[in-house]
Amino acid sequence: MGRIVLEKVSKYFGDVLVIPSIDLEVEDGDFVVFVGPSGCGKSTLLRLIAGLEDTSGGRILIDDVDVVAEPPAKRGLSMVFQSYALYPHMTVRNNIAFGLKMAGMDKASIDKKVNHAAKILDLGSYIDRRPGQLSGGQRQRVAIGRAIVREPKAFLFDEPLSNLDAALRVQMRLEISDLHNELKTTMIYVTHDQVEAMTLADKIVVLNAGNVEQFGSPLDLYNSPRNKFVAGFIGSPKMNFIEGKHAEKYKVPTVGIRPEHLGINTKQSVGAWIAKVGIAEHLGSDTFLYVDAEDIGQLTVRVSGELNVSHGDIVYLTPDETRLHRFDGDGMTITAAK
Amino acid sequence: MATKQTKTLATFMVAPSVIMLFLWMIVPLCMTIYFSTLRYNLLDPGNEAFVGLENYIYFLTDPDFFTALGNTLILVGSVLFITVVGGVLLAILLDQPFFGQGIARLMVIAPFFVMPTVSALIWKNLLMNPVSGFFAYLAKLVGVEPIDWLGDHALLSIIILVAWQWLPFATLILLTAVGSLDGERKEAAEMDGAGPISLFYYIILPHLARAITVVILIETIFLLSIFAEIFVTTGGGPGLDTTNIAFLVYSQALLQFDIGGASAGGIVAVILANIVAIFLVRMVGKNLDA
Amino acid sequence: MARHITTQRKILVTGGAWLAAFIIFFPVLWMFLTSFKSELDAFSQPPSFLFFEWTTENYATVLERSDYFRFALNSVWLSLGSTALGLLVAVPAAWGMAFSPTKHTRGTLLWMLSTKMMPPVGVLIPIYLIFRDWGLLDTRFGLICILFLMNLPIIIWMLYTYFKDIPMDILEAARMDGATLGKEILYVLMPMAIPGIASTVLLNIILSWNEAFWTLNLTTIDAAPLTAFIASYSSPEGLFWAKLSAASTMAIAPIIILGWFSQKQLVRGLTFGAVK
Repeated sequence: MGRIVLEKVSKYFGDVLVIPSIDLEVEDGDFVVFVGPSGCGKSTLLRLIAGLEDTSGGRILIDDVDVVAEPPAKRGLSMVFQSYALYPHMTVRNNIAFGLKMAGMDKASIDKKVNHAAKILDLGSYIDRRPGQLSGGQRQRVAIGRAIVREPKAFLFDEPLSNLDAALRVQMRLEISDLHNELKTTMIYVTHDQVEAMTLADKIVVLNAGNVEQFGSPLDLYNSPRNKFVAGFIGSPKMNFIEGKHAEKYKVPTVGIRPEHLGINTKQSVGAWIAKVGIAEHLGSDTFLYVDAEDIGQLTVRVSGELNVSHGDIVYLTPDETRLHRFDGDGMTITAAK
Repeated sequence: MATKQTKTLATFMVAPSVIMLFLWMIVPLCMTIYFSTLRYNLLDPGNEAFVGLENYIYFLTDPDFFTALGNTLILVGSVLFITVVGGVLLAILLDQPFFGQGIARLMVIAPFFVMPTVSALIWKNLLMNPVSGFFAYLAKLVGVEPIDWLGDHALLSIIILVAWQWLPFATLILLTAVGSLDGERKEAAEMDGAGPISLFYYIILPHLARAITVVILIETIFLLSIFAEIFVTTGGGPGLDTTNIAFLVYSQALLQFDIGGASAGGIVAVILANIVAIFLVRMVGKNLDA
Repeated sequence: MARHITTQRKILVTGGAWLAAFIIFFPVLWMFLTSFKSELDAFSQPPSFLFFEWTTENYATVLERSDYFRFALNSVWLSLGSTALGLLVAVPAAWGMAFSPTKHTRGTLLWMLSTKMMPPVGVLIPIYLIFRDWGLLDTRFGLICILFLMNLPIIIWMLYTYFKDIPMDILEAARMDGATLGKEILYVLMPMAIPGIASTVLLNIILSWNEAFWTLNLTTIDAAPLTAFIASYSSPEGLFWAKLSAASTMAIAPIIILGWFSQKQLVRGLTFGAVK
């Protein structure tokens, strides 16, 4: 079991309020990703759950038991750190076994568990080396091995992939996904990378300035962001926000349209907005256009496949009305108008 | 950034050190201040009486005090000058690649590890003895009359001896600092047409400024309390020629048993040291933030 | 290797550096040579450099003196005792300050440093009187305490700067793994900080071994270390130069060797981390 509930959790650092009050329910077996810009409090929130920081208020329940007063080790959670935090003076085997030794488990059981973890993660070939002799990806695996061997109620990941290069990151992402499918243990994962969030999560928590902006499935957040912040944060390239004359047409202060929901026409005068191409990025599978639209300003357009335009060309854009997001003066999504 | 439990634990871990250091420094210091206001002689027990600042007036108007103060300042000043100038030159020299660099460096550093009483006796006897010392031999070699170093130039001899002990310290620290000078910066200056002199003046010296300050401050603190070297070689003499403040306090307390007067002298020494210490602590403090 | 060094320049530097090194090292070397001379050769003018009758007789004589080993043993006791005591108190303190700093940590560290600035003569008298009244004069225990307290700020400072280099994450990982504070320090922090701890220990041994203010003022015979033993040669045994040299060589050899091994780390300790 691994059901984690936060009730009105708050955190001060000195006099600075970094988390005003958060309520959150993570169901057993869920893969939940905390995502947000740097400084939004996502790592702090994770450390509060881990017990590495004290809460300033509120309750943290793990399987319906309040653990706020418990030290980290008593909470039955495992954590994978951004820096991996492997013990450099111990072999891979001892790194993984350390937690079990601390728990006073007998040697035979420890060996069995370590070997099992090594098999799952394919650590066999370097089990007797030290972390200093391993590559980044291998260290990452050891860190995960150390986490799973304790059979925790939940795994906590603190930006575990941010120190890896792009190719390895994709591979490890898949491995973590596999691991979750196999173990079915609750996982809480912190990242600032919204692609990681979208691909890994069952549910995403978008955090901003210590507040939960939205909590929902990845496609929920993509299709119906609750406000301008979530709309702008989820999705790549970012959503275009349009104010002024063209927004007034929809009787709201701001409208948002994703780059992939803009229809484009290079022929004469068919389209709502006229724009001049600034930069065209041809990726083969997609074409990204950064255009300067009349009375609007900078817009990003994503076109599937190849589109033969270049700097200085005039294009005509038409937003997909069903995909248009409307925001009120406070940046909240207006749903009634739909 | 930790839990309250860890913080409480940390306080308990730090506390013993703080308490012990407090007892070790503050309590005796307060006692010294207290003694310094008493008429208190170990040879005349039972007659202790409060005399206010009389000990200070006595100590500070005693011509011996000014002699000792003068000796202290000359000793500290000269040794600082020799070790800093010599240290900079040696550091630059030893930083260049040459054959047997490692061994030569070890030889230069060695005197710092020699215990003060050994250094003092080696210099006093083997080197500076006017009849059989090595310097007497050198003097005869070039045809001059051997010098009675510790007899005729006692303070100078002490300065040479102490400078020899501390030159390795300055060299070692400045060598570390020179080593951290970015090679590309030197090359950039050379590309800009800087010769060796301007390279030294505009690039190397400013880079060393910080290390030099550290050397000066730390040496000053130790040099203000030079004791063993004087104790073993001259015993403060001849006359008062090599008596510094530390030795004067020692002789008042443990040779003349004048606790009150010696305590007043001790407090004067503390004040002198603290003037320097303030600067050092500030500098280290700034470094702590960086 | 971007810089091109001409051979001519290298030879010039080699000559200069070796000359300087030789002059500075000469007193130690001369002492070493003298320790193998007969007393007569030690006094001879002009002195003989290498072509004298080498003898180890001085070493034998010094070692035969019944008290030499007691002095040497005292030196060992004092330096090891004060170092062990120092580590015991300083490791937890440095752990606390490095990994759980509060707004007072900076001030505490600087205050500790400032206690090191206090000239010993400032507290000589009360310490002497306390020692006299408590019967601690000329005892190893008393002197170990003094040396321990004298070097405690340096030990804490050095350990603090070394601990600071250890990522907090790893200690937190140990906490997540269920290690108690004692186990965290013993199994994770200490093994990782071994190089730093080793150089701290070395510096402390060197400083205690060579300390010559308190050892001269607070001991007479029973607890007197080698500093005091050598000082006894200032008179009247100062006449025996060869024996003085032999005794001195034995007194400084272990420390010079230790010092040579740890020269790089010493800079950090001696400057309180101000020069790295």
